[in-house]
Amino acid sequence: MSEQTHDGAVAVTAPPSPDAGLSRAELAAKYGLSVSGARPSLAAYVRQLWGRRHFILAFSQAKLTAQYSQAKLGQLWQVATPLLNAAVYFLIFGLILNAGRGMDKDVYIPFLVTGVFVFTFTQTSVMAGVRAIAGNLGLVRALHFPRASLPISFALQQLQQLLVSMIVLFAVAIAFGSYPGGSWLLIAPTLALQFVFNVGLSLIMARLGSKTPDLAQLMPFVMRTWMYASGVMFSIPIMLKDKPAWIADILMYNPAAIYMDLIRFSLIDGYTASNLPEHVWFAALIWAVLVGAAGFVYFWKAEERYGRG
Amino acid sequence: MAEHIDNPTGLGADAARVPTVIADEVHIVYRVNGGAGGKGSATAALSRILRRGKGEERGVRKVHAVRGVSFTAYRGEAIGLIGTNGSGKSTLLRAIAGLLPTESGKVYTDGQPSLLGVNAALMGDLTGERNVILGGLAMGMSREEIRARYQDIVDFSGINEKGDFITLPMRTYSSGMGARLRFAIAAAKDHDVLMIDEALATGDRKFQIRSEERIRELRKEAGTVFLVSHSNKSIRDTCDRVLWLEKGELLMDGPTDEVLKAYEKETGR
Repeated sequence: MSEQTHDGAVAVTAPPSPDAGLSRAELAAKYGLSVSGARPSLAAYVRQLWGRRHFILAFSQAKLTAQYSQAKLGQLWQVATPLLNAAVYFLIFGLILNAGRGMDKDVYIPFLVTGVFVFTFTQTSVMAGVRAIAGNLGLVRALHFPRASLPISFALQQLQQLLVSMIVLFAVAIAFGSYPGGSWLLIAPTLALQFVFNVGLSLIMARLGSKTPDLAQLMPFVMRTWMYASGVMFSIPIMLKDKPAWIADILMYNPAAIYMDLIRFSLIDGYTASNLPEHVWFAALIWAVLVGAAGFVYFWKAEERYGRG
Repeated sequence: MAEHIDNPTGLGADAARVPTVIADEVHIVYRVNGGAGGKGSATAALSRILRRGKGEERGVRKVHAVRGVSFTAYRGEAIGLIGTNGSGKSTLLRAIAGLLPTESGKVYTDGQPSLLGVNAALMGDLTGERNVILGGLAMGMSREEIRARYQDIVDFSGINEKGDFITLPMRTYSSGMGARLRFAIAAAKDHDVLMIDEALATGDRKFQIRSEERIRELRKEAGTVFLVSHSNKSIRDTCDRVLWLEKGELLMDGPTDEVLKAYEKETGR
């Protein structure tokens, strides 16, 4: 058996083995060893992720449960938190600032609550995405799994939180005279598209955040700007009717506004198709596919580098 | 410089020795933000950013944790890693497992080496029961495998010996109980190449004996075992070959007795 020590000296003992004289790389190739921690192909990566689907789901549910487990009211906060959130926005924008001008109260309150919940879904997914790798380095450095599991799992956690919030939202809609009907079925595909969009965005943020943890400080401001620009608490066409039309167009085709408006349209009787921009379903689909696919590939490209720090 | 002693396991120089892990000139560098310049003030951070651009990243301090380590591990070996604190033992293990990217050099492995430990995946706010499932899934076990081994894990941990603790949140456990459950979960999976980072010294005496037994079982099933420990006794009990790391360099690589003798002489123990 002979082997080269790292300073190049050769230590040889008899009898020589058939592996003598092979470099380490050749030896590895001979016995079919693979490079540890190398990035798998995109197809293999998707397969690995699919293999981990139970972990992704269990991890998201565990995070959701752990969130309120110390509180006395426990899981009741899953419903109470969004409800209180909506109440605060109603107090400020509905009663004090009267941002709902041009809208009936029966429309404005469900309009506002929908906006807050749907935007919060994207907002929290992005914020969780920024910290998905940087905040879980312990996990990344201890166990082997496709790293995209983490941001996807966090986005899934937010989806489950949103589904609980939807109970509150349905109650609010019914309380203000919008009753369940066929159009409520459109909520499911809209949320599915928004989920894909959110996953893509949080994958992008996860890679950026793993390299630059400072983003966790910066993102709340970006997200708040985005929220105010997306018409969460006011109708964009009504508020901007004196301004050039292209400003309103840009705001209305931004993904957050698209998904919010689609849910409002599905849910609220008094919120008609005239409030939606043209080709709104196409826009919703394009945003989801584009950001979802781009985010996934972008995240995968750095797969072997997560965990360095 | 490595003092290399060939055929440390004494298995005979037959050609049946199959390599499972090959480390080839591995270097690992940690980058620490805000560690440079000595001052952590806001102005220091600002000037750091402004002066940026030429060559080396400024403001980022580099810690060269492992410097050019090479070795070949074979099937059936149990290899101990020794060295003083901060000598790069755990870092090297993480690189072998592919969890920490190398700066240069390569690690070749047969199959997927895994680190014994699931601590990071467990959540104190969840019940022990849910943590067993979550930990198993995190290690890549299927739901069926976990279901089949659930009772063994709970029994092994001995959590339920003093009442129904498995249905309580893990944060309510004593530190010993938590450590026992963590070890029980981690040890439930079979591994090709297994790496143990000072996991042996947990729990009370009774549990230590039980876990050492389990480690021996895992050794039999696994192709190759790496063990990091500061206890020379547990290294002597478990390993037949030892790598001695100091300041990130491989100081010595050979049979347990020889290396430990030199190490004990050096550290005065």
